Amino acid sequence: MKSKIDEIIEKQNNTDRSDLLDVLQEIQVIEGYLSEEAIIKTSQYFKLASAKIYGIASFYDHFKFVPQGRFHIKVCNGTACHLANTSNLRKEFEKILKIQHGQCTRDGMFSIEYVPCMGACGISSVISINEEYYSSVKPSDVKDMLENLRNTDDRID
Amino acid sequence: MENNIQFLKEKVLLNETLSFSKEVEERIKILKHEKTTKPVIFVGASSCGYVAGAQKTIDAINNYILENNISVDVVKVGCIGICALEPIMDVQLPGMTRVSFKKINAENVASVLDGVFNNSIVNECVLGQYRQKNLQAWENVNFIDEVDFFAGQKRIVLELNGIIDPENIEAFIAHGGYRAFIKTIYHYTSNEVCKIIEKSELRGRGGSGFPSGKKWKIAHDNAADQRYLICNANESDPGAFMEKSIIESNPHKLIEGMAIAAYGIAASKAYIYIRADNKLAIERFKKALEQAKAFGLLGENIFDSGFNFEIIIKKGPGAFVCGEETAMLNSIEGKRGMPRYRPPYPTERGLFGKPTIINNVETLCNVPQIILNGPIWFNTIGTKASKGTKVFTLSGKINYNGIIEVEMGKSFEDIIFKIGGDVKDNKQFKAIQLGGPAGTCLVKENINIVVDYEELNSIDAIMGSGSIIVMDEKTCIVDITKFYINFIQHESCGKCIPCREGTQRMLEILEKITKIPKDEASHQTLERFKGVMQLESIAEVIKDTSLCGLGKTAANTFLSSLKWFRDEYEEHIFDRKCKAGVCKELRTFFIDVDKCTGCNACMRKCPENAIIGTIKYPHFIVESKCTGCGICFETCKFSAIFIK
Repeated sequence: MKSKIDEIIEKQNNTDRSDLLDVLQEIQVIEGYLSEEAIIKTSQYFKLASAKIYGIASFYDHFKFVPQGRFHIKVCNGTACHLANTSNLRKEFEKILKIQHGQCTRDGMFSIEYVPCMGACGISSVISINEEYYSSVKPSDVKDMLENLRNTDDRID
Repeated sequence: MENNIQFLKEKVLLNETLSFSKEVEERIKILKHEKTTKPVIFVGASSCGYVAGAQKTIDAINNYILENNISVDVVKVGCIGICALEPIMDVQLPGMTRVSFKKINAENVASVLDGVFNNSIVNECVLGQYRQKNLQAWENVNFIDEVDFFAGQKRIVLELNGIIDPENIEAFIAHGGYRAFIKTIYHYTSNEVCKIIEKSELRGRGGSGFPSGKKWKIAHDNAADQRYLICNANESDPGAFMEKSIIESNPHKLIEGMAIAAYGIAASKAYIYIRADNKLAIERFKKALEQAKAFGLLGENIFDSGFNFEIIIKKGPGAFVCGEETAMLNSIEGKRGMPRYRPPYPTERGLFGKPTIINNVETLCNVPQIILNGPIWFNTIGTKASKGTKVFTLSGKINYNGIIEVEMGKSFEDIIFKIGGDVKDNKQFKAIQLGGPAGTCLVKENINIVVDYEELNSIDAIMGSGSIIVMDEKTCIVDITKFYINFIQHESCGKCIPCREGTQRMLEILEKITKIPKDEASHQTLERFKGVMQLESIAEVIKDTSLCGLGKTAANTFLSSLKWFRDEYEEHIFDRKCKAGVCKELRTFFIDVDKCTGCNACMRKCPENAIIGTIKYPHFIVESKCTGCGICFETCKFSAIFIK
């Protein structure tokens, strides 16, 4: 059976290196991360060493090499949010979920990422969970927020 | 009647005189929503609006319309700039001027709309009404250009932001869009375009302020079979979001600017390198490209002029250093985004080895107006050496954070205290950080300096990315420097050792001085002190020996903050105190016995069990146990806890 990665690669009509990042981005959108398989397949297609592909991908912040959680939490780490004490907020997330930036909890529920300015500095601190924004978040809100997310997920199942 | 596309193409775009027949003018007015038969509601729907809850506002408006069974057009517009007051909703009734309301959420939508439709406006929500000719103004409602935030601005780039629907090319053309492009391809040669821009003295808004016309001319005069134009929209400065906002609010303006620039350097292909995070901006830009193509404003043989032009979107996978022009070239070519040696400059050998021009969003957005009104007009705006306007992002501890555009020559004092509406919560002003992580800080002593490339150079400051972060007395300068150095250290590409290793060392030292060493006797203390002595020299070395702009400016924040706040650094190093009470390990909390009611809330929350006391009697904090986490401070409802 053809995998989604194959489909994306076959869609390309040339092996021009300038398309490399676009292909990797597209794979990441669909798969959520770049697996070993994805890197090897792209390297075969572009006729570049897989180490080189990994070297390029790991240079950029966007490419992930581990799957994201069901709830991907982005915490704004812009200057205005920093002034609004986001470091406490980050610590709270790290403390409760016991994971660091770029990691995912063992049950695959949550992953966190710190991103530069989201452009909503007036209502910092800002976080986004699966692209839905929450503003003026305080460290004390975190526990309930995560609990709620856990519950909503159970209902879907 | 012909459809809108035909009408706009034949009667508006191809009519080069500015006089339209009455019939045409009426139709333009309809497209501009100035003449309406039913009420129109505009909602600010760009990133800042959505984060503030614009979607809920839109849903509430739709509900209101359904419930009251009225016929209303709801139009999504971009951001007008005053992000602190989002979600913003404008209402235009037939025959009346457009009124803008601030902070409209699902709860107060109904009452505000009730007021408008019954001709009695709820005043506390009003931002202001627009000045529109031939329309009846509301009584007792102030005009929007009288609001301090807008009164001090001069909007050229942001002219239509927040006013028109960014996803509607018809509205843009009705407001005079794409006329400059048509004028260019019909009346000017590429050489003439370069000359006009050179004469206008437009300077690159990306940071260093290189004359754009000169740059175009060099690329234009380099013989090549293919040239490229790149629009740099890789805005990654933590605290700048104006490029994102410009694209979200008026993508067509950028397309027009890019098209003219490409014509000027005789390039048929352009790239826009935009950070992949900015999903809404990418989506709107894509839509705008499709619309422009459908209009025949992009593609082959545009309007029978023989000019071919296409724009390709490249999504930047998140690297700050890719804002540096040669690093961006590498990234577009599918390599690691590391800077190249210059020369050869991109204008000689850039993308794929061809002459390439890289301009940022704001620069390109200035171009259409210059073509339309002529270079002399542009020359009259601004100061002697810096013409035109500059867009800034205003954020941090300020009342009106958002995006502003001011004429060159305006003082930063005016920007902060008039346009920005002073420091938040009536705190004391401490400093502003101008230009993000690569920038410098301005303090009370030199805040009266004006926006001008040369003036800023004279005090070793740079315009940089154009972000202004306001800091109040409760901001620790060492902490904010540490934040920026941490950012630079993370974003350093690793090519040059001074930048890669030096920023790492600087971060380590800054981390050490914001902590109390565990053991005074061991070599830790000595290391700490040695580090402190080296900090300044490391910064100088990084500045002198790095290759690209990121490295060269990496230490700016530190050096400028050291210049103005040496006492604060010394206080951290020698006294181990943080006056602002930000550095956690250097602060201790105390309880005000008079204010404490003994509610026990702080005691229960304290993770270190450092608070003792009995209920209904004042509590105490055991100093030796306190780690300075600040949880008690946030918990206390009686502000009985303070930092000493």
